[in-house]
Amino acid sequence: MSLAAVALNFAYDKRPILQGAGFDALKPGELTALIGPNASGKSTLFRVIAGLLAPSVGTVMLGDTDLATLPVRTRLKRVCFMPQFFAANAALTVFDVVMMARKNLSGWRVTTEDMDAVGEALHGAGIGHLSEAYISDLSGGQAQMVSVAQALIRQADVYLFDEPTSALDLRHQLDVLNRIRTTIANRNAIGIVALHDLNLAARFADHLILLRQGTVLAQGTPANVLHQPEIGATYGVDIRITTGPKKDLVVHAYTS
Amino acid sequence: MPTDTTPSLTAQGIVTAYRRRSVRRVSLVGLAALALFTTVVVDVITGPADLDFWRVAHIIVNPSIATVKEEVIIWDLRLPVALMAVVVGAMLGAAGAEMQTILNNPLADPFTLGLSSAASFGAALAIVLGLSVIPGVGGLFVTVNAFVVSMLASLALFAFTRLRGVTPEAMILVGIAMLFTFNALLAFLQYGASELQLAQLIFWQLGSLARATWEKVGICLLVLAVVMPYFLSRSWALTALRMGEDKAAALGVNVSLLRLAVLAGVSLLSAVAVSFVGAIAFVGLVGPHIARMIVGEDQRGFLPLSALAGALILSGTSIASKAITPGIVYPIGMITSLIGIPFFVSLILSQRKRHWQ
Repeated sequence: MSLAAVALNFAYDKRPILQGAGFDALKPGELTALIGPNASGKSTLFRVIAGLLAPSVGTVMLGDTDLATLPVRTRLKRVCFMPQFFAANAALTVFDVVMMARKNLSGWRVTTEDMDAVGEALHGAGIGHLSEAYISDLSGGQAQMVSVAQALIRQADVYLFDEPTSALDLRHQLDVLNRIRTTIANRNAIGIVALHDLNLAARFADHLILLRQGTVLAQGTPANVLHQPEIGATYGVDIRITTGPKKDLVVHAYTS
Repeated sequence: MPTDTTPSLTAQGIVTAYRRRSVRRVSLVGLAALALFTTVVVDVITGPADLDFWRVAHIIVNPSIATVKEEVIIWDLRLPVALMAVVVGAMLGAAGAEMQTILNNPLADPFTLGLSSAASFGAALAIVLGLSVIPGVGGLFVTVNAFVVSMLASLALFAFTRLRGVTPEAMILVGIAMLFTFNALLAFLQYGASELQLAQLIFWQLGSLARATWEKVGICLLVLAVVMPYFLSRSWALTALRMGEDKAAALGVNVSLLRLAVLAGVSLLSAVAVSFVGAIAFVGLVGPHIARMIVGEDQRGFLPLSALAGALILSGTSIASKAITPGIVYPIGMITSLIGIPFFVSLILSQRKRHWQ
């Protein structure tokens, strides 16, 4: 099964956000990084793929299924979307909210199996010690890790993460992206992560999609996309790519 | 709060902690139910006529041994009042809980958002002008008016939630604007009302259980039996809504539909409750807060405990209304705040202490 988008258009009122955005089929088991400057339409593209916003033109295909033909609930079971922010003033514990994601709105009873799954997920995500803390007491970074745990505990074909590492320190950025990457590979699912940090994108993604003003400007392997001249123009900076000590791509940005 | 340096619990340890909290939650709900049963018993044995617990228990178990006077006191006066307090309290508690949930605002309740005032105004239309909003409903037209006007008010509120950029704070302000609007309209009607009509209107504003009948208890129970299962069935969706509209939508919650449906349920609960016992402030606001402080906002514990807390407050109020001055039964609306506020404040204070530890 693969995910592809064809010529998506979307506008808020008269303000166009996506203008013919489309990308070639993404392979299962691979992690794709969606990169692009602020307000380039990354979150909107995610929402359109997830079915939370309806495009005026264009289709999103998952395998042979046009996602627009699925009811919203079914579609959101197959496409798991993690929004960027969550309001965190509720008197709910971390365990509660991950359990809520696990139950995915069905079945009132919580089984031993459910509880074990949530316990494992929290332990695995390294936030077990926060299990009984209220989400209103979490720091921004902790809330973000909870959000990722909520997304990963759901079984879906497609996972969309909107900036899952923006509030995290170095170690946790690597931890979270590693976990996302491994989980996607193990489940043979399709994963897209919106990232601002091009170095992280280069390091963790198998595939990059560069978005600018609602249009996909480039797509392909990190080496391929990062070496294109469009990338500097898109961000409005001078970009140089070197090879790091572990044969990894390192992106340097200079004000041009 | 634990930090990253705390040794990580094992997965099983995490589950055990959650289990412990679940058991605690269930037992607290059970305890609240037990407390409620106690207040109902006390409510029934409290009153001007001197009947002790055993005599009352005998009469309830075996009505045939009662004298005519006892039968009237217990079966026609005290039991309907005691049960009315319970069901109306539960309705207001549940209504407040879901109002706060769908509007994502801890200040929301049927009273602060003007739904009670709207219901009162609808009832006033019936009492003063003899106007039935929906013709042909017969003797129920006071209740129907209250319900319809309260429903219109909640639809207006919903329209505001749909307007882009309206913050919860702004919505509370809109609710308060409605509260004052309907109070002003009510004042207009009062100004032109006869003394008898005025007396009936005052009854609305003070809130009283005195006119409880088995029929009204039955209708309230019926409404509860219709609305509560719906609320409970939407537990996860409502819990998800507390994580923010975005998160809930990503889980597949149709947020607009959920808000509208729950608002309809809340309107039904508050309109029916208010139309029978008058505008009772405070219960719908405080019941959910008490529940939230005790079990948090997982709806599976939050909603039942909110309803129980509301019922407890009103049942306690019913006792107090008879006990303050022997021989006089005060309208409960006057007393809910007096009883609830000290309790509420002490809960807030104890909660703060726990955060400091």
